Amino acid sequence: MIHRESGLLKTSYQADMALYPLPIARWSVAVILVLAFLVLPLVLSEYYLSIINLVSVAIVGALGLNILVGYTGQVSIGHGAFMSVGAYTAANLAVRLGAPFWVSLPLGGLMAAAVGAVVGIPSLRIKGLYLAIATLAGQLIIEWTINHVTWISGGVQASIEVPRPSLFGIQISSQRGMYFFLLAFVVLAIVGVMNLMRTRVGRAFVAIRDQDIAAEIIGINIFRYKLLAFAISSFYAGVTGVLYTYYLGIANYEQYQITTSIDYLAMIIIGGLGSVQGAVFGAIFVTLLPIVIRTSMETFGGLLFSSGALLNIIPNLRLIVFGLLIIVFLIVEPEGLNRLWRNIRSYFRVWPFAY
Amino acid sequence: MRATLAFLTGAALALGSIAPATAAEIVIGAQCDRTGPTQTVGTNLCPGFNDYIKLINSKGGVMGHTIRADEVDNEYKVPPAVESYERYKKEGAVTVSVYGTPQVYALTQKLTEDRIPGTSPGFGKAAAADGTKYPYIFPIAATYWSQAAAAVKYAKDQMGGLKGKKIAYIFYDNPAGREPLPVLEELQKLEGFEMRTFAVPPPGVEMGAQVLDIAQRYRADFVISHLFGRSPSVAIKELKRVGFPLKKVIGFVWGAAEADVEAAGGYGVAEGYSALEFAGVGEDYPVLKEIKEMYKKEGKPEPKEMKESVYYNRGVFLAAIHVEAIRNALKAKPDGKITGADTKAGFEKIKNFTLGGLVPPIEITPTDHEGGGLVQVWQVSGGKWVKRTDWFRAYPEVVAKVIKEAK
Repeated sequence: MIHRESGLLKTSYQADMALYPLPIARWSVAVILVLAFLVLPLVLSEYYLSIINLVSVAIVGALGLNILVGYTGQVSIGHGAFMSVGAYTAANLAVRLGAPFWVSLPLGGLMAAAVGAVVGIPSLRIKGLYLAIATLAGQLIIEWTINHVTWISGGVQASIEVPRPSLFGIQISSQRGMYFFLLAFVVLAIVGVMNLMRTRVGRAFVAIRDQDIAAEIIGINIFRYKLLAFAISSFYAGVTGVLYTYYLGIANYEQYQITTSIDYLAMIIIGGLGSVQGAVFGAIFVTLLPIVIRTSMETFGGLLFSSGALLNIIPNLRLIVFGLLIIVFLIVEPEGLNRLWRNIRSYFRVWPFAY
Repeated sequence: MRATLAFLTGAALALGSIAPATAAEIVIGAQCDRTGPTQTVGTNLCPGFNDYIKLINSKGGVMGHTIRADEVDNEYKVPPAVESYERYKKEGAVTVSVYGTPQVYALTQKLTEDRIPGTSPGFGKAAAADGTKYPYIFPIAATYWSQAAAAVKYAKDQMGGLKGKKIAYIFYDNPAGREPLPVLEELQKLEGFEMRTFAVPPPGVEMGAQVLDIAQRYRADFVISHLFGRSPSVAIKELKRVGFPLKKVIGFVWGAAEADVEAAGGYGVAEGYSALEFAGVGEDYPVLKEIKEMYKKEGKPEPKEMKESVYYNRGVFLAAIHVEAIRNALKAKPDGKITGADTKAGFEKIKNFTLGGLVPPIEITPTDHEGGGLVQVWQVSGGKWVKRTDWFRAYPEVVAKVIKEAK
């Protein structure tokens, strides 16, 4: 209805290349920013902010994985391990050298990028499921290394306690403080991916995804760009690990096992591969769904079951409903939540004259 | 699409309707694990926890205050544990029963910052036994370090000395599995035995090679086994298969349940296998009789989880010690407006707490949050678990030394 392009004439290249060409899009982004930075932290209690914080961490990770899987078309089941590389790098820097977060965070990301690029080397020769298994090996090797090399893991318990991040002498420890801290990185991550995909590098990624032989013929150095995709994507993963470490106050490799890698893959597949919004939707969906199912069960389940039985039913039902909903969503819209959102948008674009 | 919108609206409504705690209620945050890798534990432990709370409430609560245990299943994953912890904080929980080693690690800093005591019975972070370093973490039962010491002591008693003997330590290859190593190494120096470690990689259901190695190449004199979830039963089965005498095997507390024996092929197979317990086994304890009475009065059958007495009893013990801490806190502050700091003090006043013999006499002090670290050894014999030793603690000076050296 209001979201339409007609009458909008672009008179410069800049206008044509803008991230948000439509005024309505710019306005809605502004509204979302105001909502996120001013309204939500004032309105919501610490509990809800803590949920959003978990979502924020997941968004950064999902965006990163999406660069690799969604945009470049390379599969990775090793992102959980790349997160742990970032987490332990930052934790060691913070504890041994007393590095502040603005040093340890990028360095953690860079270390993860380096490791990710190495794990990505097989992608030159193998594709699809075979590459998935190769990255799985990366996941297991990294897990094993962190688990056994006490120089990295800081002792047999393989966990390093990290002091809270501080900025301008103020320590960020409350959920509200953490909310702003994490939100800033979410914004950076989103802007980063959006812009990356408009550059020469991003176009090369997409070309490789669509047809790598064709991409090579038009002069894209496949080896370089595939590794670059792995590196950038792992950088995001590493940053996710660092953020998670600062959020919890501890680096512990048990939080970054294969299930974590799978969870993140689930996020971007449910959200929709190859789109920023998809990654965001997926991260929100996968993180919130179990909580929503549980709270609704707790609220309405009492009508059907006794309280003792309910306690047994909730966790199991949560798993069942979670699985079912994922299947249903994928059947209804195989291209993910992002496509669903586009459908809604295009429906309203011509509303009320839907023909 | 309309359906999607309806679903999202419903979800948003559900999220907005978490009931707030009423004034007279005291909330315990009870994290639990009825699904996920260690669900064999949670499905029996958590009902025990809830039944004890129910029992207390049926008797009028603690000094007139109703207790509510807010149970959240965390699937042995960290994010749900963090989320539910924040929910407990919002509800004003005065204690949190943390479930699982990674979760304990993840919540340690938050618990300390928010001044809410958290318990980690028999889970990781053995160093938290030192209350001065970890003021808000309460292991309350024998840590892995005390368990390791007790296992070595038991081996010593069984073999009449350890000099020159070969001990095999088979463990689940994760931080919790490796945690006992510093104590075992200290004891090795002290007692002069030989030790070799055998790591079982996750998920811990494949250990044929390690067991064969223990029985036929290394030819161990005694096996100390520290496994979780499904793996204790696999260890029993495999050791039996290669003909290693199970009388020379001792398991840690998470390989000590009825379910482990049943999964290994029944009591006939596991005959002779012994394990450590930090709470009593069986149904012959006064508190369990009271719970049965309560169910009888309601006209309901007693819960079937009671038959899995190892974990059920631990759940009862866990709930009881939380209640005891709350009781101590309420004694100090009869107006009922207690906070986490008050319950922390309440925990530290616990003394001679035995729950009618279900648990060892526990005494928690501001410096010792482990409460003594006593265990019993139980053995599979004639179709059931039989008590072999009374409550004991072993090598306290070695354990204390390792706690002191811990970072």
